[in-house]
Amino acid sequence: MSAATWAWLVLLFPLLGSLVIGFGFRVLSTRTAGLLGIGAVAVAFFCGIGALVAIQGEPSDSRYVASSLWEYAAVGNFKIDLGIYVDPLSVYMVMVVTGVSTLIHIYSYSYMKSDVGYHRFFSYLNFFVFSMLVLVLAGNFILLTVGWALVGFASYALISFWYRRQTATDAGMKAFVINVLGDVGLYLAAILIFSQLGSVDYETVFARAPEVFTTNEWTIVAICLLLMVGAFAKSAQMPLHTWLADAMEGPTPVSSLIHAATMVTAGVYLIARTHPLFDLAPTAADISALVGVITLLVAGTIAIAVTDLKRIIAYSTMSQIGYMIVGVSIGAYSAGLFHLMTHAFFKALLFMAAGSIIAAMANMQNIDRMKGFGKAMPFTAAMLVIGALALAAFPTTSGWFSKDEIIDYASFRGGIYGLMATAMLIGAFLTAIYSFRIVFRILPGPPCDEAQHLIDTGEVVHGKPVNPHTLEPEDTDVGYPGSEHHIAEQALGMKIGMSVLGFLALVGGVLQIPGVDEVVFNFLEPTFADSELSHIHPSTSESWLGLGKGAAISVAGLILVWFLYMKRPAIPPALVRRLPHVHALLVNKWYFDELYDFLIVNPVKGLGRFFNEFIESDLINGLTRGTVYLVRTAGAGVREIQTGLLRSYAVLMLFGVVAIGLYFLIRSI
Amino acid sequence: MAIEWYLVLSALLFGIGFAGVMIRRNPVVILLCLELMLSAGALAFLAFSRMLGNQDAQVMVLIVLVVAACEVVVGLGLVVAMFRRRLPLNVDEMKELEG
Repeated sequence: MSAATWAWLVLLFPLLGSLVIGFGFRVLSTRTAGLLGIGAVAVAFFCGIGALVAIQGEPSDSRYVASSLWEYAAVGNFKIDLGIYVDPLSVYMVMVVTGVSTLIHIYSYSYMKSDVGYHRFFSYLNFFVFSMLVLVLAGNFILLTVGWALVGFASYALISFWYRRQTATDAGMKAFVINVLGDVGLYLAAILIFSQLGSVDYETVFARAPEVFTTNEWTIVAICLLLMVGAFAKSAQMPLHTWLADAMEGPTPVSSLIHAATMVTAGVYLIARTHPLFDLAPTAADISALVGVITLLVAGTIAIAVTDLKRIIAYSTMSQIGYMIVGVSIGAYSAGLFHLMTHAFFKALLFMAAGSIIAAMANMQNIDRMKGFGKAMPFTAAMLVIGALALAAFPTTSGWFSKDEIIDYASFRGGIYGLMATAMLIGAFLTAIYSFRIVFRILPGPPCDEAQHLIDTGEVVHGKPVNPHTLEPEDTDVGYPGSEHHIAEQALGMKIGMSVLGFLALVGGVLQIPGVDEVVFNFLEPTFADSELSHIHPSTSESWLGLGKGAAISVAGLILVWFLYMKRPAIPPALVRRLPHVHALLVNKWYFDELYDFLIVNPVKGLGRFFNEFIESDLINGLTRGTVYLVRTAGAGVREIQTGLLRSYAVLMLFGVVAIGLYFLIRSI
Repeated sequence: MAIEWYLVLSALLFGIGFAGVMIRRNPVVILLCLELMLSAGALAFLAFSRMLGNQDAQVMVLIVLVVAACEVVVGLGLVVAMFRRRLPLNVDEMKELEG
């Protein structure tokens, strides 16, 4: 079979799974629904392997296939095919998405076991995987926007999965609104591309772009800036990042799959996919890299201060995506995409471990209350440590190879990129601090009540269901996990998903050892062969030097955080007391939410209130009420004539007829 | 005979009919008076037809007769219905449709 056929099959199975589970929820048992969901994604993964093998069989200069099922729309010379584009980049993304999704489906199978919305969850999850695959396999900008919007919807549906929870539905709306903002940017970019190049197909657009545009011409810069709006909204980069932390309201597997491993990396994919355009607009690419650097620093500082377990990991996600954005923006395509893959491994793993701990805490997420889980949950603790090591780019873990490769490339290009490399090293230091802050605050020490309960009885605490943020009691009717919790130590599915990811997070780096194998680079090379930037390559010795630097910084951060939280645990609270303003700034996430509330949300709400109170109630209601009053008064006057007396009607009629007769008589004289 | 006589007779009949409609309260009598008024109109038509030597008005008279027959059918039907329900045969008391 050709690569295109495999790719169509990849798309088919998650869609089928979603439909079958969604429509068959009355017939299917929960067990079957879960297995169907896992099966659909697993089969898609194996079809992805088929596509991989098929495309590797081609000679390296023709490793791409465009395939179209039918013409989607045709107006004049504007033609859109329902077409996919299969090349090493899209196959790579398919492998990452379906591979990680399969593991997270297996994890969810156990994690969501007691949820009343089990079918709904798996149907949404498969739908998400389908949308994401449409996004990465799309062969033109129109189908890309379709996938882009579907992914946004899937994210909305899954964030608001526990729809009885007010904070969750609010977070879903926020995510959706900001994502739609990005969609608009992408639509405008697609329209501009069509108006300038007369096509929306990737092949035609990328081939024609260098002929039509001169470097840094304003149109191509505008196109790239609009693409960036889409990418930043989806990938939670500044200033469109505020939705991601709130998106943690969704169930933990959702945070793991969508808001860590796959969907939020769509922006990275978009920039990598449209690299021929960004090569023509270096200004836009530089702005994009700069935004990535700012985001990774700001998110890193926030992650140091906040105390909500899932939100710390969410901010670290933003920070790591910042690295990827910098990577693909400055031309380190394979490094950025390699970091995308390793990040998918260790971040999904971290979320899974966090989910397990949160379940043991009866849905509490505040790390201030967690202690001593190292003894209570040894397996989860081990996985958390592995995830944190990889996140902190500890030597020989996967994150070490991928993150430091981006930094190497940036410092190798020098100039402004050298500055960015320095900033990224600072970011790496922050990463080491916040990732091990989680570890040192949760795992060691005397067990907290919940952990002690787990050690004593071997069962997790079944607290009263409350909202973890507002602490309001909740009902367990519909759309809530209920009082049953599942932890990795006791659920096989969660254990399988986490061990595989833990293994990959530890050794995933061997795919890309400088000077040894560089599998990812060689695999993606055909896609990026047309870009001059991709041929810039730090030498092996320089790469190892960079890796050494990264290792030193990572270990330094680790030692510092060990000193702060283990050796002298009095220092962090003292720091908070000494620098209350800095702490307030960080804990409040640099006041971005407040700023947006002030600048956008409140004015729009005020406008709404104005329209509601003045235009609607005074003007519109006044108009209708006035009309009613007028008609009623006129009616009251005329009503007097309606006496109901037959004979008076007869008189009036006679007079009327006589009057009309006289009128015509007089006129005719 | 001059046409004036016919017209005067017609006007008289119409006036009597109308006065009957105005004064009487019994629906049966009111119907009779209405018939009278219709006949007055028909008579005027015939007189003019004769004067002008034109047959068109004869058609009108036939139509008037048909309308009159229909009206009587409906009117008497109403009267019978009122009678059956033992309602008073007095139009002034049937005024539920007042405004």
